[in-house]
Amino acid sequence: MFNLISALDKATDNSGIAKIEEIGLQGMITLRGDLSKAAVKNATTSATGVKIPAQGQANHNGASGICWMSTDELLVLCPYDQVADTLVKMHTGLGKAHALAVDVSDARACLRVSGPYAREVMAKLAPVDLSPDAFKLGMFRRTRMAQVAAAFWMVDDTTFQIVCFRSNAQYVLDLLKVAAQNGSEVGFFK
Amino acid sequence: MLVLECPCCGITAEETEFHAGGEAHLKRFGPESSNEDFENYMFMRQNPKGVHLERWRHNNGCGKWFHAARCTMTLEVFGTYSAQTYEPPKEICDIISAKRPGWLRGAFS
Repeated sequence: MFNLISALDKATDNSGIAKIEEIGLQGMITLRGDLSKAAVKNATTSATGVKIPAQGQANHNGASGICWMSTDELLVLCPYDQVADTLVKMHTGLGKAHALAVDVSDARACLRVSGPYAREVMAKLAPVDLSPDAFKLGMFRRTRMAQVAAAFWMVDDTTFQIVCFRSNAQYVLDLLKVAAQNGSEVGFFK
Repeated sequence: MLVLECPCCGITAEETEFHAGGEAHLKRFGPESSNEDFENYMFMRQNPKGVHLERWRHNNGCGKWFHAARCTMTLEVFGTYSAQTYEPPKEICDIISAKRPGWLRGAFS
């Protein structure tokens, strides 16, 4: 048999002003379809037990969640070993609705940045207003981090979770390490 | 630097999150068209100093195309609107007319 490993095999870095970790295997399913259709909504909520988020938001409950990617796309999160079951549930729920649900777990990587300076570390890399008044818990943002596409949301007040392409995972980890170097705190959000 | 609001996902972001897609509202001339029409469609573009209508894509965000009306000289953005239209909506034209009276751009003036 083979061992399943995530992009960076749970690499962590705790040497700087924020803790950076790759969270390991995370189930991710891309759903494309008309998000106003009841079949699409119900299939997603019943498979995950989480409500459909509003535009630009993410709802999550532990390893399960739903993120709003665009007007016709959701990112469904679930535990890695439940992806196949969740997909079956979603396909059953979708029935004949014109929609597409695909397992993308191994095409993506998930990282976390945590600590009191997490906001600052993220703000150095993404062209997004990350002040506490502008970027709040529950919001979900697709943007870029330096030169690659990424999406992120806040798991709690001091933790960001990032989703990027698997092929960019090392690049994103290296970026975050540089942005979190010791002595590089700006104190802008304090 | 341009700050655009994506009409699809509602995010306001600066231009590095987007990708410019050139002049908007071109009429396509394909097979069976005259050489002159095809050449105009393929190669001839406006290069105005002032009001310009452009296509943009939110490539580091929701991935959708949309239209933007802006001034090439001051980088002022008059507004953004849906890609699913052949001409700028009246609200956008009114905003431009109020700020740049007498603006002329092809058929949309």
